[in-house]
Amino acid sequence: MPQVHQHSYDVIVVGAGGAGMRAALESSSRVRTAVLTKLYPTRSHTGAAQGGMCAALANVEEDNWEWHTFDTVKGGDYLVDQDAAEVMCKEAIDAVIDLERMGLPFNRTPEGRIDQRRFGGHTRNHGEAAVRRSCFAADRTGHMILQTLFQNCVKQGVEFYNEFYVLDLLMTDGRASGAVAYELATGDIHVFAAKAVILATGGFGKVFKTTSNAHTLTGDGMGIVWRKGLPLEDMEFFQFHPTGLAGLGILLSEAARGEGGILRNASGERFMERYAPTIKDLAPRDIVARSMANEVREGRGAGPHKDYVLLDLTHLPREQIDAKLPDITEFARTYLGVEPYTEPVPVYPTAHYAMGGVPTNIRAEVLSNNTDVVPGLYAAGEVACVSVHGSNRLGTNSLLDINVFGRRAGIAAAEYASGTSHAGLPVDAEKTVQSMVSTLLESTGGERVAELRTALQATMDLNAQVYRTEESLKQAEEDIAALKVRYANVAITDKGKRFNSDLLEAIELGFLLDLAEILVIGARARNESRGGHFREDYPNRDDVNFMRHTMAYRNEDGSIRLDYKPVVQTRYQPMERKY
Amino acid sequence: MTAVAERPAGSAPAQEQPIPTRTITVKIRRFNPEVDAEPHWQTFQVEALPTDRVLNLLLTIKGYQDGSLTFRRSCAHGVCGSDAMRINGVNRLACKVLVKDMPDEITIEPIKGLPIEKDLVVDMEPFFEAYRSIKPFLITYGNQPSREHIQSQADRERFDDTTKCILCAACTTSCPVYWTDGSYFGPAAIVNAHRFIFDSRDEGTEERLEILNDREGVWRCRTTFNCTEACPRGIEITKAIAEVKRALLFRRV
Repeated sequence: MPQVHQHSYDVIVVGAGGAGMRAALESSSRVRTAVLTKLYPTRSHTGAAQGGMCAALANVEEDNWEWHTFDTVKGGDYLVDQDAAEVMCKEAIDAVIDLERMGLPFNRTPEGRIDQRRFGGHTRNHGEAAVRRSCFAADRTGHMILQTLFQNCVKQGVEFYNEFYVLDLLMTDGRASGAVAYELATGDIHVFAAKAVILATGGFGKVFKTTSNAHTLTGDGMGIVWRKGLPLEDMEFFQFHPTGLAGLGILLSEAARGEGGILRNASGERFMERYAPTIKDLAPRDIVARSMANEVREGRGAGPHKDYVLLDLTHLPREQIDAKLPDITEFARTYLGVEPYTEPVPVYPTAHYAMGGVPTNIRAEVLSNNTDVVPGLYAAGEVACVSVHGSNRLGTNSLLDINVFGRRAGIAAAEYASGTSHAGLPVDAEKTVQSMVSTLLESTGGERVAELRTALQATMDLNAQVYRTEESLKQAEEDIAALKVRYANVAITDKGKRFNSDLLEAIELGFLLDLAEILVIGARARNESRGGHFREDYPNRDDVNFMRHTMAYRNEDGSIRLDYKPVVQTRYQPMERKY
Repeated sequence: MTAVAERPAGSAPAQEQPIPTRTITVKIRRFNPEVDAEPHWQTFQVEALPTDRVLNLLLTIKGYQDGSLTFRRSCAHGVCGSDAMRINGVNRLACKVLVKDMPDEITIEPIKGLPIEKDLVVDMEPFFEAYRSIKPFLITYGNQPSREHIQSQADRERFDDTTKCILCAACTTSCPVYWTDGSYFGPAAIVNAHRFIFDSRDEGTEERLEILNDREGVWRCRTTFNCTEACPRGIEITKAIAEVKRALLFRRV
């Protein structure tokens, strides 16, 4: 039996990406706080974000937060909760200024202000033309945000538990009362009592094969909440980023198009002119990704197998490429051997971002149904669904989301914790994690983690990607059900205590299977096309029947029940989405 | 044994024929203190595509041959800094080395100079301790500006190179001085000091230079350039260290 350790804090933050560290900076300056993270903080996938963080600073041209709000609502195909979008776009300005004061090295205008550039779906005056709204640091804005937040955590002496995998949430009388973590280095189990818990664990892109996501993005936070009987919202909405390196899925920022890059098909045609005549290559991601996939389906793809399109930067001055897009051009050179100065880069959509997740309100409090909050439980960033992204997130709004709602979660959790006492831990708090671990260590089954994971990713890419149908989703659902049966028989090679990543990969696969199933069942029930969810058998948006969020609940027997939640509308009525 | 896991499908090269795979012999330095008295070498054979990364070889081995093989990895495209290791004697990120650029036999060892925890996993704590000791954060005094600080494009450019650091430790653990004297800060810490010393907004230059002037500070650097060669982000580390030395000599940045 592994050793069990006990800890007690006012607030614990689970995850140390942008949202987690932004929350920790607020919380730790108010109450006793610990951050539990399965990675060293600087390894988090926030660091892979490239293009920028939008805020209506109006440093280079006229702009205001109301235009930003409108773009966010329209970009999300009207499934955005408009109160949340208003909060995010209004607070965006201070969020950028806060980061600059913390030391973030933004690119500068000739006057020395924060520079801004164009980005997909961000427009002036409700769609007139593309606007320069994205604040950036070359094409490594996420890296600079992650580093800056970590630097400030060091300055502030934030307490981290690195390589601690949180595998269970503790609840006492309906309140969050702590979490249980598995320590990678020792195999020991740690029970953390806390008055408030903030989830900031990121997304679950590893359900797909072709993805921009890190190996570690396995949806643990969503999986834990789900297994506690709490709902997940809008899980069928997954964003496919248009420009992944073909065959690899490595992200090439939309900033490439913001700087003037053009998408072309095999004959060199700028095909986005046909799909989005006004803003062309800078249409929102769902539209561009579908247009690219359609070019390939209709035989206009490039390459020997006609299975990708081309991102053309060859007309841009080399100095501009070097100054504004150095990292992504290096990715093309390193991984495809393509020189972007002179050759167009093969690209194809890649699974990128979960719009859905743990339902929260604008205070970042987690909801147990359409209206009630779970006292002491908070979530922010990709793990959460507040919902500022609706059915399709605009580029740069994720870096904004983590800063605005990470901050809000940190403040709200600390305020809650300072006005309450510990709820007391449930009996045998460590039991669930203990049995999770021992079941796998003792398993004598014949199934391999890598095989099951590969099979899951294959069916998801084939059946639940950019284009979906009743038939393809039914196939995915059956495949996942069969994989879940096989998962019960999974075994691992490493039976040791030290750094047993074999064990953790098996546990992570369990979360991936749960989340893939919820995604597919939600997608199968949504008989319409909206944002990132496109059904070939129902190609139109259906506001009469589906202008509502999906709420998935876990039944006692593990099956899934779907319910719905109304969308919060304040000032914008749904319109046809044209660009 | 085929490299099915993570294989890039339909990637770019313009050939009608399926791309031929190669059999790669991967020799890995293994050590599990729970069972081993000493580190030892173990050899695996892996079928690989030319476009596979060395990280793909490790993932294939872990997934299909020996699940106990232990290494860190996350983003798999050179931005998170998890998978620095010694590949054929040189510090690299396993996700940034392609099979097509490698011979048929590849040896992989943990980075040197940090305690080995298991196989390719080392204890990163001494590395981060050195990083923390140089005050790696913006220091300002007095009133904050009401909006952003104003910084010219030239002032911003001055420290651009050292903002690229991903704290992977490839530089520090390639440094012969660091191998023989673990109390030396190492290049990564100096790079991160440089990032703030040459930032026009920062007002902590004096205190940071005092720290770097220490016996274990910047003067231990013997300019062997290993760090610059090892950096997966292409940072001119030796140059940055020289600039810090010059700032110390002339007390001017």
